Amino acid sequence: MFSKDRWKEILEVLSSNMLRTVATAFGVGWGIFILIILLAAGKGLENGIRQDFNGVATNTMFMWTETTTMAYQGLPEGRNFNFKLSDVDLLRRNVPELRIISPRNSLRQAVGDNVIRGTESGRYRVFGDYPEIIEQNPIYTAHGRFFNHNDIKEKRKVVVIGDGIRQDLFEEDEEVLGEYIKISGVNFMVVGTYKEKTSNGGGENSERQIFMPFTTFSQAFNRSDNVGWMAITAKDDSSISLLTDKIVNTVKQSRKVHPDDARAIGFFDLFEQFNRVESLFGALQFVAYFVGILVLLAGIIGVSNIMLIVIKERTKEIGIRRALGEDPWSIKKQILMESIFLTILSGMVGIIFGALFIYGINLVLDSIGPVDMFLNPSVSLGVVLSALIILIVSGLLAGFIPANSAIRVRPIEALRAE
Amino acid sequence: MIQIENLHKSYKMGSNSLHVLKGINFSVKEGELVAIMGSSGSGKSTLLNILGMLDELDEGSYDLDGVPIKNLNETKAANYRNKFLGFVFQSFNLINYKNAMENVALPLYYQRVGRKERQEKALKYLDQVGLKEWADHLPSELSGGQKQRVAIARAMAAEPKVLLADEPTGALDSTTSYEVMDLIQKINDQGNTILIVTHEEDIAHMCKRIVHLKDGVILEDKKVDQVRADQYVQ
Repeated sequence: MFSKDRWKEILEVLSSNMLRTVATAFGVGWGIFILIILLAAGKGLENGIRQDFNGVATNTMFMWTETTTMAYQGLPEGRNFNFKLSDVDLLRRNVPELRIISPRNSLRQAVGDNVIRGTESGRYRVFGDYPEIIEQNPIYTAHGRFFNHNDIKEKRKVVVIGDGIRQDLFEEDEEVLGEYIKISGVNFMVVGTYKEKTSNGGGENSERQIFMPFTTFSQAFNRSDNVGWMAITAKDDSSISLLTDKIVNTVKQSRKVHPDDARAIGFFDLFEQFNRVESLFGALQFVAYFVGILVLLAGIIGVSNIMLIVIKERTKEIGIRRALGEDPWSIKKQILMESIFLTILSGMVGIIFGALFIYGINLVLDSIGPVDMFLNPSVSLGVVLSALIILIVSGLLAGFIPANSAIRVRPIEALRAE
Repeated sequence: MIQIENLHKSYKMGSNSLHVLKGINFSVKEGELVAIMGSSGSGKSTLLNILGMLDELDEGSYDLDGVPIKNLNETKAANYRNKFLGFVFQSFNLINYKNAMENVALPLYYQRVGRKERQEKALKYLDQVGLKEWADHLPSELSGGQKQRVAIARAMAAEPKVLLADEPTGALDSTTSYEVMDLIQKINDQGNTILIVTHEEDIAHMCKRIVHLKDGVILEDKKVDQVRADQYVQ
């Protein structure tokens, strides 16, 4: 297939009118450049949003209680109720597909500061949790330790505070561990600080929460065995979305809620939400390809046009070559290869410029710090490969009509052309 | 070598058709040097194009070296042209971005002859037409006579059975014309069959046989005493 003479000829033909070749190539290069940039921008958005999900167990649902809307088993409608710790055990037994069930409680003060340390104070949300919550939340222990099951068992008055709270309540180089803070009048010892895995800018509220053992919380704030809500994560091989019905029905039964009462128990399926975002990424990619390919199409039509002109110019030459006995297929092949070569070459230049552009954008992004919802725009090797395939196909398309018109000219007419 | 019987050819020009060749019977034996003469519109170029398989006949038969030339598709026609025929044109028809040697090597390339052998052969034929030193010159750097000699070398490179020349001297002055005819005569002397379309009497008389065409029929077909061109060449 590879023939030195053929390639020599391709180069001769394409370089015989350099300006025109470059102008034509620009169309295709520009198209692929736009395609690459669009895909990279989509990827940047995707990366940015994905980072918000980073560390969150996405195969997760949250479930909380509302007010019953149907009477059931002698209990009236309009009843308020709570999950109990026994429901957690029940779920563990009945739904073995679940990996983590975290019962949670929280304390949030509407007005005024609820946390005091010496002369400093602040208003923070306080959670009572089991140690597993750290697997479901996008946080990590930055300093000291997270509380453990011994803390749960002995109801130790220990807390893990966000790094933001440390900054609020402590001096910059002050030791935090072992210090006490007062939450709603009760003293707790700080055993650790946490940071969020997603450090994208952050807001006022980021890293400004307090975690303490569930049992300690229940005792200190008098919640007995009530559970505010649950964060439930399924095992990796099962989808939480398929388990929600089973979970909700199990607790409906144990909480004596009418099986048809759809509003008594609220839940939020993070996985479904995540999938929705995933499909948004898919749509974004589709739009990028769609627009990019349309732009590319303009370039391809340009190539096709130029090839037609080139063939018009070379009609006589084609006639000579056919008189000398070149078979039509060889001519067709020659023109297709010229077209593909031109498209691929210019496409490569487009890809290179696109990559340089993205590289530049990344440098700028790095220097101005993280931007909300946009991170590391990039194109993968797969995208480059598919761009190449698109180029080859478009080169073929661009050359197809000219090649056919080249062999449709009869040699006698071609020779007559002056 | 060439056997033509009752050849008819007409062209459609809009609504009316133009009957160009009206029953030509004509044969050429191996080693002949034939001039086809006639005024413009006599059908001589059409005849040559049909002989060269560049055009199709409407009626009649055409055998080339025993092979019937009939209902050829383009690929087959190209193949036959390449194997059987060498073309020399009035306007040389060299490919202008290829040098002399590459032009000569072209028919061999279409025969898929290897690069090295191709170049050797091309140089050999260039040498025969006396242009070996000009092998790497582009057509634009050659004179008209040189271009035609390159074209003849190209036509000969594939070792065709018949050489077809369409007004080979039409674009040349008389001195150069005689040089080219001298070359053609020498090639003929080696036993090659050559057909020349011309309207110049002196060129025609340098052939061994003259066929006069008028209004699509053969008016006269006679053997002549060949005038050697080398006497005019210094």
